[in-house]
Formats: sequence, structure tokens, C-alpha cells
Amino acid sequence: MLRYTIRRLLQLLIVVGVLSLLLFAWLRSLPGGPVSALLGERATTESRARLTEELGLDQPIFVQYFKFVGRALSGDFGVSTGVQPGDSATEIFLQRFPATLELSFLAIVIAVAVGIPLGYLAARRRGGWLDNLSVVSSLIGVAVPVFFLAFLLKQVFAVDLGWFPTAGRQEGGIDATRVTGFFVLDGILTQEWDAAWDALVHLILPAVALSSIPFSVVFRITRASVLDVVDEDYVRTAESKGLTTPVIRRRHVLRNAMLPVVTTIGLQTGALLAGAVLTEKVFAFPGIGQALALGFERRDYPVLLLLILCAAGVFVLINLLVDLSYALIDPRIRTRGGGR
Amino acid sequence: MALLEVRDLSVVFQRRGERPFTAVDGVSFDVEPGQTVGLVGESGCGKSVTSLAIMGLLAKRGVKISGSAKFDGTELLSLSDRQMRDRRGRDLGMVFQDPLSSLNPVVSIGLQVTEVLERHRDMSRKQASVEAAELLEKVGIPDPKRRLSEYPHQLSGGMRQRALIAIALACRPRLLIADEPTTALDVTIQAQILALLADLVRDTETALIMITHDLGVVAGLCDEVNVLYAGRVVERAGRHDLFRVPRHPYTHGLLASIPRLDAPRGERLSPIKGSVSDNIPWTTGCAFAPRCPNALDTCVQVTPAMEPDPVVAGPRLLRCHNPVEPATAAEQEIMS
Ligand SMILES: Nc1ncnc2c1ncn2[C@@H]1O[C@H](COP(=O)(O)OP(=O)(O)O)[C@@H](O)[C@H]1O
Ligand code: SF4
Ligand SMILES: [Mg+2]
Repeated sequence: MLRYTIRRLLQLLIVVGVLSLLLFAWLRSLPGGPVSALLGERATTESRARLTEELGLDQPIFVQYFKFVGRALSGDFGVSTGVQPGDSATEIFLQRFPATLELSFLAIVIAVAVGIPLGYLAARRRGGWLDNLSVVSSLIGVAVPVFFLAFLLKQVFAVDLGWFPTAGRQEGGIDATRVTGFFVLDGILTQEWDAAWDALVHLILPAVALSSIPFSVVFRITRASVLDVVDEDYVRTAESKGLTTPVIRRRHVLRNAMLPVVTTIGLQTGALLAGAVLTEKVFAFPGIGQALALGFERRDYPVLLLLILCAAGVFVLINLLVDLSYALIDPRIRTRGGGR
Repeated sequence: MALLEVRDLSVVFQRRGERPFTAVDGVSFDVEPGQTVGLVGESGCGKSVTSLAIMGLLAKRGVKISGSAKFDGTELLSLSDRQMRDRRGRDLGMVFQDPLSSLNPVVSIGLQVTEVLERHRDMSRKQASVEAAELLEKVGIPDPKRRLSEYPHQLSGGMRQRALIAIALACRPRLLIADEPTTALDVTIQAQILALLADLVRDTETALIMITHDLGVVAGLCDEVNVLYAGRVVERAGRHDLFRVPRHPYTHGLLASIPRLDAPRGERLSPIKGSVSDNIPWTTGCAFAPRCPNALDTCVQVTPAMEPDPVVAGPRLLRCHNPVEPATAAEQEIMS
């Protein structure tokens, strides 16, 4: 298991390395560029040339790349030109990455906490009203665009009803101590309960919007998987032993039914990141989604590079975690090679 | 009083949009304490459904069960789900056909044994572990302590079936139902598992319902044999009587199709012609008539009733208008 983990981590490094090269080349091949974005279309040729030189964009691309790699290895990813001009890309990353992780984590928690029990119940009462209702709502969940759902939730629950804030991560008036950059966690660690609560309240609507697709997928995979598992011979064996329903449900049905669900959750992290870009825009949520959108608009090469590389890294890491937890639930994988 | 009295047990599957299907059609038989009773018949004749109905393991929806199954005087068919759960695993144990799919792949062998001990014998996990190791030892699993922490895929097919037998007998039930327990196993392992079952039920005085499509399996094991055809019992007799003088044409055909010791194994000698798809409904005559070499005109007009054998002495019941003559039966036996 350890060797497997190490091998996967090495793979991660290679993926990030190759991706950095491709990204670097791709970003520079896009029309426009940071200079036009900063100076506008009507700037003089002279001032454009000066800025191009200042940013090092006049040099051959492979020189730029090796300079980037050299600096990146010492932790310097350059200075933002568009998202927060003047701030270092690393700084922007450290501000925004926890925001998006916090948001995505809550979205996944909602998707799992609602999707799995609902999937189980729907399967057990197949064809009942709960089943039909949740199948339909999961279809709507994947069909409705995330930004539209985000917009709708914001309009109804934030603007009209006023139950939730309309934008941001935390009210400006709150004096919160920063520890990790995860606002809810910070509030709990420092026991600033009002700060934690306020951060959580800001998260809820965007997290619900963001959870719509992972919820639908988790729900449907759970339902299908439970329907498969309840017909398995070993569930009948468990029944023939007279075990109580909760034990059969937990130990014999869910433990097996969770295998495909765990894989799904890993695959959903990619979709989650895409959804985060749109959700964060609607709720003016200062995460990496918002920074990516802004970064593309303004061709902010350093910020885009760092954020996309980190997003890819997180995606690979989460899939590694999924594989490891899969092995934890499924002894057939864990004992591979060890058994007969 | 018999330990298990099954009377007129019928199971009808009723799926929406489909015609009702009677899988078990008025089956009656008794199992005395400690007795081994065989349920024999071709695949699809209702053996599994009969046993699942007795165990209360059939789906609640789309299934109509009627008749009676009294265990030690208690009507099983009218027990609540909770009461039945208290009995299953404690008074009634069951071993299924495919040992690999019948064990949970992600739960250790140990837990799959101990959970039933914890449930019915009020044992702590620790006591149950000790007991589980003893149980595995008793069913002939070597190195039982290590096996407890292993998973089904790490055991061989025979070992898995031994583990399932240990689970079914863990709470010392008075009745064990074994539904084709050797069908999925290698031929050499089959004999070992049958011998193990025979030893265990004898030592623990457990009654056994042995379900099989193979009369050869019944030969060494059962005190009494019920031959099923299309959901009905067509012949019931003691093992020796049945083998010596099979009276029902279907039983006769089954016996003729057992590979003998002196014939190459696995080779069907003279299989019964046709298949169950040729059956006619029991309501219009004898379901076996289209395949029966002894069929008379009455066979497709009058449904034969289950009656004592008019010719051969002994406690035998038959459902046939024109049984196989005892002489020919004996001759056949000698000739084959
Ligand atoms: N759940 C079910 N729904 C509908 N028909 C069933 C069901 N289970 C079994 N049957 C039918 O009942 C008949 C008897 O099945 P079974 O008892 O499994 O036969 P066997 O004697 O081989 O064990 C078969 O024709 C089978 O197709
Ligand atoms: S009743 Fe007739 S058809 Fe049926 S088994 Fe007997 S002889 Fe054959
Ligand atoms: Mg069967």
C-alpha cells in the first residue's frame, strides 16, 4: 500500500510537470494577452513594448518557461497582472484556494449526506412516491445549469426572502482572526463563533447550488447500486441468519453498495471545479473559480498557471484518496497478491 | 409430532402485467426431529421456492403464499417479520448453492460467523470469536484462527461452503435446509461436503432438508425422499424403497439418468426426454404426461391424486395413473 501511494505521488509530480508545459504554451497561444488587457486596445506601441519587456514576454517561449520553472521551484510563481495586480500569485492562491475547498467540501458533504440515504430509501421503496420524486429531482439536478440554479437560489433565498447573504465569504464588519484561511474552521479554532457562523451562512447557498450535480450522481449511483446489492445471494444469507434490519443494511447492503459510490465521488471533483467557477461568479464568492474567470478575461498568466496546476493536483490527489479508501472498504483489492 | 409439518404449501408469483405463476402447488411433507428428508427434482420444479417460503425469505411483494408450515407446532407462515427473524439462524438454518456469492465479499469470515452468535446467543464479540474458531474447526477448516480474519475470496470453494455450514449450524438449529449445497463445487469436494453434512446432522441430531436435482446425492444421505415435479410432490418413499422400486415414471427416469459408479462420471445415461416446457397444467391432467413413457389417455384428462401405492407395500405415496411395474423397475435396476 505504501509503495503504491508513493508511486501514485510520483505520477502526480509527472502529471503536474507535463501539464505546466502544456498550459504554459497554450496560455501564450491565446489571442490577446496581459498587455492588451492592462493597457487597453488604444495604447501606444511604445508603451506596449515597454510593458511586454517588463513582463518578460519578449523572450522566446522556452526561455520564459525555464525561467518560470526555476522560480517556481523556489516557490515564486510570479506576480498577478490582472486578478489582483501587484499581488504575488502564491498570495492569491493562499487566499482563494481555501475558499473554494471549503465551498466544494460543503457541497460534497451535502451531496453525500443527502444522496446516499435518499438513494438507499428510494431503492428500498422502489416505485414508491419517494423514489419517483427523488429520481425526478435528480434528473432536474443534472439538467438545470449550475449557474441558473445558483441564480435562482440567490434570487429567492437571499434577495427576496433575505434569509441568506447575497455575496462574499464573510461580512466586512466581522473581525475574524485568520489561521488556516478556511473561514469556518478558523472561527471554530479561535472560538469566534459568530465569525464561523457567518462564514457558514455565506457558504450555504453556493454550496447547495454546487452540490446539485454531485448530489444527483451520488443519489443515482447509490440507488442503482443498492438495487443490485439487495438481490445478491449474501444479503439472502444475512437474512437467513435472522440478523436485524439495521445490521443487514449497514454491514451487508451499504458496505457493498458504497464501492461504486466512492469512485463516483472522486470523479465528481473535476465537475465540481467547473461548477465552482460559475457558482462563485453568481455569489461574488472570492474563490479560485472567480479568480480563474477573471484571470482568463485579463490574461493573467501567473495566476492562471498556478491555480490550474493546483486544481489538477487536487484532482489527482483526491482520486488517490478515493483509490486508497476503496482498498480500505474492499478487501479483494487490499489483499491482492497476499491471498490465494 | 413432526418437527416440521408442511401442508398444502403453495407459492404463486404475481407480477404486475404478468400471468400469475404457481411455482409450488400444494406441497405437503413432514420432517421428524433428527431426520433427513430429500426434496428432489429437475431444476425449476420449485425446490428452492419451497425452502425459501418455509424460511420466510421470499419477497413480500408479488408473492402469494398459502397453506401451512408448522415448526414445532408454531405456524411459521403467520409469524411477524420480527418473530421470523428471531427464529431464522436460531431454530432454522440454511445453506445455499453457491458458496462464493453467498458470502459477503467485504466482510471477514470471522464477522460473518460471529454476527449470528451475537444475534442469537447473546455472546460478546470476544466470546463469539472463540466460539467461531471452534465452529470452523468442527467443519474441517484448518488453521481456523487465521481464517477468521480472512475474506471469502481467500478461501477455496470447498472451504467457503464449510464456512457457510458453520454459520448455519452456529446456533445449533433444530432444522437445517441445504439447497443444492454441492452443486457449485468440484466433484471431489462434493463428496467431502456431503459426508461432512451427514456427520454434523447425525452428531448434533439436527433435522435436515436436503434439496438436490441429483438423486445420487440423496442416496447416501436421506431417510425419506420427496420427488417434486412442476411444483407438486409426485412420489414419496423411504430412501431404500424408492431406489429399489421407483414407481413414478418421473422418479424412474431420474434414477435411470444417474451416472453409475461403473459408468463414466458426468455422463447422463438416459435422460428423460423433453423438458419442463412441454408440461401441461396440473389442472387439466398430469403435468408430466407429454414426457411420460407410461402416459394413458386419462393422464391428460384427470389430474392424478397423491395416494398410497396400491401394489407395492410400504409407506409410499404416489401421484400417477399408471405407475412403473415393480418388476420392470427391478429389472431396469439390475440391467443398468
Ligand atoms: N422470484 C420469482 N419470481 C417469479 N418466478 C420465480 C421466482 N423464483 C422462482 N421462480 C420460478 O419458480 C419456479 C421454481 O423455481 P425454483 O424453486 O428456484 O426451482 P428449483 O427447483 O430449481 O430450485 C421456476 O420456474 C422459477 O422460474
Ligand atoms: S399420471 Fe400418467 S402421465 Fe403422469 S406420470 Fe403417471 S402415467 Fe405418466
Ligand atoms: Mg434451486
